[in-house]
Amino acid sequence: MTAPLIELRDVTRRYDDGPPALRELSLTVRPGESVAILGPSGSGKSTLLNLIAGLDRPSTGTVTVDGVAVDKLGEAASARYRRARIGLVFQFFNLLDDLTVADNVMLPAQLAGMARAAAQRRATELLTVLGVDRHAAAYPGRLSGGERQRVAVARALMNRPALLLADEPTGALDTAAGVEVQRLLTELHADGQTIVLVTHDLALAENCATRTVQLRDGRVAADTTAPVR
Amino acid sequence: MSTLGRAVRAGAGRHRVQTVVITMVVLIAVTSAVLGGSLLVASRAPFDRAFGQQQGAHLTAQFGPAATVAQLTSSAGAAGISAAAGPFPTTQVSTLGPGGRPRPPMTVVGRSAPDGPVDQVTLTAGRWATAPGELVLAEDSRFRGPPVKIGTVWTVADPPGSPAVTVVGIARSVSRTADAWVTPEQVTAWTGERGPAGYQMLYRLTVADTAAQVEAARAAIAATVPAGALTGAVSWLVTRQDAVGQAALLVPFLIAFGVLGVVMAVLIIGNVIAGAVSTGTRRIGILKALGFTPAQVVRAYLGQALMPAVAGAVLGVVAGNLLTVPVLAQTNRLYGTSDNGVTLWVDALVAGGALVVVTLTAWAAAARAGRLRSVDAIAVGRTPRPGRGQWASRLTGRIPVPRPMSLGLAHPFARPLRSGGIVAAIAFGTAAVTFAVGLATSLSLIQEAEDLADVQVVPRMEAPGPGAGGPGREPMPNGPGPLTDPAGVVAAITAQAGTGGYVGQARTEVTVAGITGSLTTVALTGTDGARYYRMVSGSWLTGPGQIVVSTPFLTAAGKEVGDTVVLTDHGTDLTARIVGEVFNTDDKGMQILTDLATLRPAEPGLSPEIFLVSVRPGTDAATYASGLETALRSLGAAAVPVEHGTDELVLIIDTLTALLSVMLVVVAGLGVLNVVVLDTRERVHDLGVHKALGMTPRQTTTMVISSVLVTGLIGGAIGAAVGVALQRAVLGAMGGSAGFTLPASIVDVYSPTELLLFGLGGLVIAVGGALLPAGWAAGTRTVTALRTE
Ligand SMILES: Nc1ncnc2c1ncn2[C@@H]1O[C@H](COP(=O)(O)OP(=O)(O)O)[C@@H](O)[C@H]1O
Ligand SMILES: [Mg+2]
Repeated sequence: MTAPLIELRDVTRRYDDGPPALRELSLTVRPGESVAILGPSGSGKSTLLNLIAGLDRPSTGTVTVDGVAVDKLGEAASARYRRARIGLVFQFFNLLDDLTVADNVMLPAQLAGMARAAAQRRATELLTVLGVDRHAAAYPGRLSGGERQRVAVARALMNRPALLLADEPTGALDTAAGVEVQRLLTELHADGQTIVLVTHDLALAENCATRTVQLRDGRVAADTTAPVR
Repeated sequence: MSTLGRAVRAGAGRHRVQTVVITMVVLIAVTSAVLGGSLLVASRAPFDRAFGQQQGAHLTAQFGPAATVAQLTSSAGAAGISAAAGPFPTTQVSTLGPGGRPRPPMTVVGRSAPDGPVDQVTLTAGRWATAPGELVLAEDSRFRGPPVKIGTVWTVADPPGSPAVTVVGIARSVSRTADAWVTPEQVTAWTGERGPAGYQMLYRLTVADTAAQVEAARAAIAATVPAGALTGAVSWLVTRQDAVGQAALLVPFLIAFGVLGVVMAVLIIGNVIAGAVSTGTRRIGILKALGFTPAQVVRAYLGQALMPAVAGAVLGVVAGNLLTVPVLAQTNRLYGTSDNGVTLWVDALVAGGALVVVTLTAWAAAARAGRLRSVDAIAVGRTPRPGRGQWASRLTGRIPVPRPMSLGLAHPFARPLRSGGIVAAIAFGTAAVTFAVGLATSLSLIQEAEDLADVQVVPRMEAPGPGAGGPGREPMPNGPGPLTDPAGVVAAITAQAGTGGYVGQARTEVTVAGITGSLTTVALTGTDGARYYRMVSGSWLTGPGQIVVSTPFLTAAGKEVGDTVVLTDHGTDLTARIVGEVFNTDDKGMQILTDLATLRPAEPGLSPEIFLVSVRPGTDAATYASGLETALRSLGAAAVPVEHGTDELVLIIDTLTALLSVMLVVVAGLGVLNVVVLDTRERVHDLGVHKALGMTPRQTTTMVISSVLVTGLIGGAIGAAVGVALQRAVLGAMGGSAGFTLPASIVDVYSPTELLLFGLGGLVIAVGGALLPAGWAAGTRTVTALRTE
């Protein structure tokens, strides 16, 4: 068996008030898996994703990704960790309105120190693959929801991350656009991309994930690996 | 009120930085305005007040031995006299300081007490003279010698054979009635059976507003004594002219700072409130949806500005008065006044004015909030922002610098109006520093022009040896006479190691066709004349038949550099060409400088009374002087090192400059701080996105700091230029009002490097103001930032 890409061990995340968002949760994800995290609102899905992305730290327990002890990273190190290994896709796209589509996509590479010309080549390539290359010079405000989410995926893939994290990527899209994004993620997984996605969308989970993890009150309620299609 | 109040309080709490900035800006503006205002009031007529406090003498009259004491006492009854003091016996005394150095001869007045109906002299140290051998020295701010300590013992050189005197007190007479005071008995002891050299009478007049009124009183007094008995009279108007001339220097200075301070406060408070309205747009929408009227909303914002403004104004009044006290202590010493500096009407005016300005500024800035439609306001933040400044992002994205930097560089263009305000604040801050440093430099150059020499060579005033002068020699009425052996002195100076250069000066009076009255002419010999004067135009003397003069002379004579004038010296007409214009305030700018040889045909016997010597760099003036002293002893001359003491007025101006420019720079920095905080708050979500994409804290700091580089550079460049223009305008106005053209060497004080540094000062202000919020931005938790919508 291959070494796990993600390993959470006995992770608890407690906020100032209320019950813990995650309780002694353990989870292992192997390279090449596509995991859908399901669960009711407030069950801790986003918290789990944030911990894996190094955006947040567990109260207790450990988070290891690609050999990196994510829970031990300082601010700068965690930024570099995200830059190198993580691609993030959000429900509300989180594109920067005052940058063009191309500039948005290039940004992670440029933050990592890649020269503009090289970043531009890679961005054009990605935008072409994702079918939004004709919008490269436009500003995100002019794009449809589906197009924006494809730009966001392009931006997430810019630094060839080992892991793609998506938090309700279809949550803000209409059905047609949702299907588009679903197809895109499925293709990426088929190409070997490891994906962890949070969703309410059962169709997305079914079509795109090889494994579904059900959360309830910050605990894993079910963990099912789908039969190979 | 309760709902409104709570809404306002909540608003103020939420905008802690804005509250702090408003408080600080008002605090600083009020502090400097109170300081400036109090000083302005205190310096406006410090002489008049001091003169009033001391019951100053409108007329100080000197009588020769021809008048009897009884006649003088009854002169107090002359027309126009309201009070009189005296007669006090007077005489001239020459003393030797420590080491046998001759001190300038003094006019000594015998007075048994410092008080009386006229000229109530203020003792600033020690006590009054009560016995022979005791002396009270007049403190003269313009005397630049080393301070004299109480208890100092001086040998009396003239009258010869007198016992030494001890300085028991230092006192100040605004009317400048004496160089020193002793008991009347001491004067009698000095003058012996000859009787006193004369008597002094001090008069207060019923009216003394014009020279004609003072002159009328003088004539009335002269009529009460035998003809010729009134040998001299000094009007208080002349003394005042001398004293007020200096204080007037402070006025343009303080006005310039006051204007800068007010404009900056308006800019920054306007910016803060406009910023509060802009970040609070959604809040405004919600308040209005809850039923707030536009007027209530505007009032809520006014409250948000006024609460900290009131706090700032109160603290500022306190701080301003606290600062005024030590500065005024200096002016008090300068003018002999006793002011604590607390001027209640200035405090009230400044604090009230500040609150009015804040109210008007906040009103103007908050008016937008009142006009906002509720629906639009609530919609803000829900829809993507319109792409303001996108062109700038596009442009800076191409600059080959790290991406965080190019991202930051584009920020100011997204909010051009706000950035414009901050450019102006930075420009004012930079202008203030540039102006202040330049003006202070020029003023100290003007002061410095007066004592460029390191060592003076003057006639020795020791008791003459047997046969040299004989007993009964008259005290010298007009200071030192000529040096007995100028050629020997020149030889001694030339032979002395460390001599840089020297110039000999002889003074005489000449008349010039077209100018009434006689003019002092300084006849120069030596190698180093040009060193002691700053040229305005033309060139320095190169030989006989040439003169160099100041602007007032040229104005009065209607001449220009290059013209020829006829000097009448002791009845002989001498033709001389004006070769240059210098900045020389001596004799109110009417002094003529020429080579000694020019005057030789008229005055063959004219020879130097004093030599000014400059030493080579690295030579200690005191050591040099004592070496030269040894060589000069046999020539009847003495070498005295010149004390380059800092003038007190220059000290005050320097203190104020430092204080006020630091304050304005802090205000500018706070303005930047506020804008960067607003910007960061508005961009907090984007900041979260950046961090999620892998922006490190250091890159975040770089981005935020880069966002003020452009504003800082532009503000700095504008500010440095404005500062230079202001310095020139103020100096020009100051010189012009005194009738002088200032030489370029005094006006052009900025080197290109300094200008560059001042320009970059804007950058320093900008970065300084951005550092704190940049740190906050770098420390923002990504998850929190991303949740903000
Ligand atoms: N920053 C936070 N501060 C306080 N509580 C939080 C924070 N983030 C999430 N929570 C709480 O943690 C729980 C899990 O939240 P989240 O992981 O966002 O749930 P999900 O994404 O499954 O809807 C919720 O009860 C939520 O209110
Ligand atoms: Mg969630």
